Amino acid sequence: MNIHEYQAKAIFEKFGVPVPKGAVATTPAGFITALDQLPEGPTMVKSQIHAGGRGKGTFTNGFKGGVKFCKTKAEAQAMAANMLGNTLVTIQTGPAGRKVQTIYFTVASEIKKEYYLAILLDRNSSRPVIVASTEGGVEIEKVAHETPEKLFKILIDPAYGLADFQVRELIFKLGFTGIEAKNAAKLIRNLYTAFWETDAAMIEVNPLITTPTGDVLALDAKVSFDSNALYRHPEIVALRDLNEEDSKEIEASKYSLSYIALDGNIACLVNGAGLAMSTMDIIQHFGGTPANFLDVGGGASKDQVIAAFKIILGDKNVKGILVNIFGGIMDCNVIATGIVAAVKEVGLKLPLVVRLEGNNVAAGKATLAASGLALVSGDTMADAAQKIVKLVA
Amino acid sequence: MSILITPKTKIIVQGITGDFGGRHAKLSLDYGTQVVAGVTPGKGGQFFEHGTHKVPIFNSVADAAQATGASVSVIFVPPPYAADAILECVDAGLDLAVAITEGIPIKDMIRVKRAMQGSKTRLLGPNCPGIVTPGNGKDSSGGCRIGIAPGYIHKQGHVGVVSRSGTLTYEAVFQLTSKNIGQTTCVGIGGDPVNGTNHLDVIKLFNADPETHGIILIGEIGGNAEVEAARWIKANCTKPVAGFIAGATAPAGRRMGHAGAIVGGAEDTAAAKIAVFKECGIEVAVTPSDMADALLRSAKAKGVTLT
Repeated sequence: MNIHEYQAKAIFEKFGVPVPKGAVATTPAGFITALDQLPEGPTMVKSQIHAGGRGKGTFTNGFKGGVKFCKTKAEAQAMAANMLGNTLVTIQTGPAGRKVQTIYFTVASEIKKEYYLAILLDRNSSRPVIVASTEGGVEIEKVAHETPEKLFKILIDPAYGLADFQVRELIFKLGFTGIEAKNAAKLIRNLYTAFWETDAAMIEVNPLITTPTGDVLALDAKVSFDSNALYRHPEIVALRDLNEEDSKEIEASKYSLSYIALDGNIACLVNGAGLAMSTMDIIQHFGGTPANFLDVGGGASKDQVIAAFKIILGDKNVKGILVNIFGGIMDCNVIATGIVAAVKEVGLKLPLVVRLEGNNVAAGKATLAASGLALVSGDTMADAAQKIVKLVA
Repeated sequence: MSILITPKTKIIVQGITGDFGGRHAKLSLDYGTQVVAGVTPGKGGQFFEHGTHKVPIFNSVADAAQATGASVSVIFVPPPYAADAILECVDAGLDLAVAITEGIPIKDMIRVKRAMQGSKTRLLGPNCPGIVTPGNGKDSSGGCRIGIAPGYIHKQGHVGVVSRSGTLTYEAVFQLTSKNIGQTTCVGIGGDPVNGTNHLDVIKLFNADPETHGIILIGEIGGNAEVEAARWIKANCTKPVAGFIAGATAPAGRRMGHAGAIVGGAEDTAAAKIAVFKECGIEVAVTPSDMADALLRSAKAKGVTLT
């Protein structure tokens, strides 16, 4: 689960990670109230959406830049009016962009130097890893690729936690001295505590900055959480912004369906995540484009299948549907009955190819055949994918 | 022969009185698997009954293991309690814990994995379909079925299958069985980013098993476990190996059902992994329908008989 920058910074402050003073607004009237909380002087205006690349983004109304530096608060107020309620397109949003519904004003800090700091899971060692670099404010993938010697990694033993010597090692490598070293060490320790205590999946601070007075601040904050652990963090669940999520994905989660919208026109409905991913792959292999990832789980009950069809049909790009079910334990006939009922209930008009395999498959196929529905049966995944691609072409 | 388990392996079911655990305990009993004990804290002394089977329930894994001689446990415990259930297997000194549970917090698994270092217990999963060593009875019954895989799609034979995904494993097994090619053992290692046993661990076991003549390696986007396994295969394994990677069409940064299936960078995409497979002499299945055929191609090229 992702949260906004301003929410992430509130968590940072709670754990003693310094951030520039800021305030949010969701209405033009709120700009004044928010700016009243900040001192007069240089101010940053930051569009709050769950996507990176905001600074280099463009609004659909032509306005350039979702993050702006302003010399005065009055300028910041005028600038915010260009952003609020408008749709920002960045390299991470896709062409549709995201509507900016919250503006975050912060004091524009004087920057001495920029750094990069992140904490996430290192899959190879199954341990948390701190990744830091002296090259902040740029794309970290680029640093990793072009100057890997400027990227430092510290693996943390979960049995002990972040050790002081590891913090010192990082401080020396990043070249901090004096008061900066002291402040940076405290920030790193507190940020790690925030990561561990909140069940974060990833914390990224880019840039982390030093100021001429020796302060060390998180200028930006990107935090995502392990959705498996949300049950023990109601305070984080409360930060969820449904405006940032696809409405179809929200609907799907109500029926324990795992759905992700994509750009293609062949919808798929599959049981099991691995099979669902491969179904998308095989559609593409035969020249089609998948409209979604949809895993109905191991069961695929009638209610789930009906809900799944409704969600799929909510995507206006969809021109055909491929159902691929491997009924291992479940009776294929039960699944077939569910599909027939779902097709009838939603009044499906689009081409539908169904590939059923597994337990009691003969009876399942007979049910589909006897339904009188204009659906096409596929024998293997390859056969079914070729058939739907042809029907949609 | 087989790896990790045999038809004689005695197993414990943690969470046997729950709907999910109970249903699959029954299916395993029907398959002929030696389900010798259940564990549900507070229900010790009761019995889990199914047909003529009467499986004793214990309060702890240690009690169950001591009373029955079971060496393997399968975990159907809900996510908040699953990490604890795994550690209980370690404490009882079991050989293998198979965690079926989906949705265990990553932090819990980080801690469990650290706590298991140096212990004799191997963990399979979590978020996995389990492991099956097919038997020689009707529809492969008489084998050892641990977890949630459909037993009847298997057939006793000489191919090892290892995968992160449940239904994709069934797809591969079904293709093999349909072509009359049996399996030694089919292993689901689970779709989570932190798991107990990885592809390479299983590949090493298959390579050392004289009864396993060929291997199907099924992976997906995210992480570099498949790449690591492929490089080891190139250096150490002469058996025919077919590989498939799911997620070629997955958008970057999105979690595709499995928590582990997130494309992180250029290194863990499907294309990158497939390129490494090819470079390491693994026959790549071009589509998921091609997994058994890919293995047959590799076996033919190496002059190996799979049946």
